[in-house]
Amino acid sequence: MTALDFTLVVWAMATVAGFLGALTGLGGGVVVVPVLTLALGVDIKYAIGASLVSVIATSSGAAAAYVKEGYSNIRIGMLLEIATTLGAVLGAYLAAYTSTHIIAIIFGVVLLQSAYQSFVNGTPENGPPLQSDSLAKRLRLSSDYPLDGSRQEYGVQHVPTGFGLMFGAGALSGLLGIGSGAVKVIAMDRAMKIPFKVSTTTSNFMIGVTAAASAGVYLSRGYIDPRVAMPVMLGVLGGAVLGTKILVRARVRTLRLVFGCVILALAIEMILNGIRGKV
Amino acid sequence: MDDRRLEGFIGNLLRVGVMLAAAIVSVGGVMYLVQHHSDTTSYRTFSIEGADVRTLPGIVRSAAHFQSEGLIQFGLLLLIATPVARVALAAAGFYLERDHLYVAVSLIVLAILVFSLMHAT
Repeated sequence: MTALDFTLVVWAMATVAGFLGALTGLGGGVVVVPVLTLALGVDIKYAIGASLVSVIATSSGAAAAYVKEGYSNIRIGMLLEIATTLGAVLGAYLAAYTSTHIIAIIFGVVLLQSAYQSFVNGTPENGPPLQSDSLAKRLRLSSDYPLDGSRQEYGVQHVPTGFGLMFGAGALSGLLGIGSGAVKVIAMDRAMKIPFKVSTTTSNFMIGVTAAASAGVYLSRGYIDPRVAMPVMLGVLGGAVLGTKILVRARVRTLRLVFGCVILALAIEMILNGIRGKV
Repeated sequence: MDDRRLEGFIGNLLRVGVMLAAAIVSVGGVMYLVQHHSDTTSYRTFSIEGADVRTLPGIVRSAAHFQSEGLIQFGLLLLIATPVARVALAAAGFYLERDHLYVAVSLIVLAILVFSLMHAT
């Protein structure tokens, strides 16, 4: 394959991935890695390096839009970023000492979770917001978010559990070059009882910082190859911008199902290839 | 300055950073394709490239010489710097609010990010 062909093919695929990722809320990075490794035979280390960079681009690029909505909580985000960045540095170290087969299998399992998420419908209900427990009170994590024209106050609970889960989310992000937004949302929404909308927007904010914590290690190890990262980053970013502009609300449900099927197929391929030692 | 305004300011700054990074990566990318479009490429096996695309000083030097791959890496470096800047600005914002606890929290996160980037020096 010539450099021009490779760049154009990767750019086109990354654009589609970024577009669908933004539209379905599943993120684009998660399909870029399997597509690069399975369809184009790119070594998984180059793939996760390129994916990590694109994750930073979409997170930082969307930050302004999320702030405008008034949901994200900068204190919760910053506190939990201690856990995610520590985890991410650890994950990035582990990536060097883990065989590519194992990385492929773990990636496949994470994809399975993503696929599951796209099949089950929408927003889990937490019930009415709770009071903060004593630790959350001392950390001043309570805030409010817009609801039906006024502002609804909410509290935060189980900070240590959330912190631990966030460490895991960071480690996955560093190991696989993904945003691992799903684990972050689980930590905030399920464990810490933070309202869903606050969880998802704060998670989006945190993804870029988490990814940046692995970036230095990735760069020094040569995972971020300019010739691979360039079309991936430009494609995912362009696709994501397009995806957030064109909000075809009515068909998102169908899209999620189709995208979920694609992710499921990629997950199975990834796991099988990992077991057979082909990736 | 309250949290919301601070975040809004930071958010816009990040967007500008990302657009600038994308522009530099695009320029480097076009240069790369003009020079290397018919090279045969294969990324099947991982091999560690030279220091001029793996270390901060190497990237800056190679970008300053308008080498295509150095320019792409420089753009990516700028991109990686956007979340780091976000944390640094948040620390400054908390300081202005006299929220010392969260100044400390932000500085811990900043220290971890700098530790990671030190690998590439």
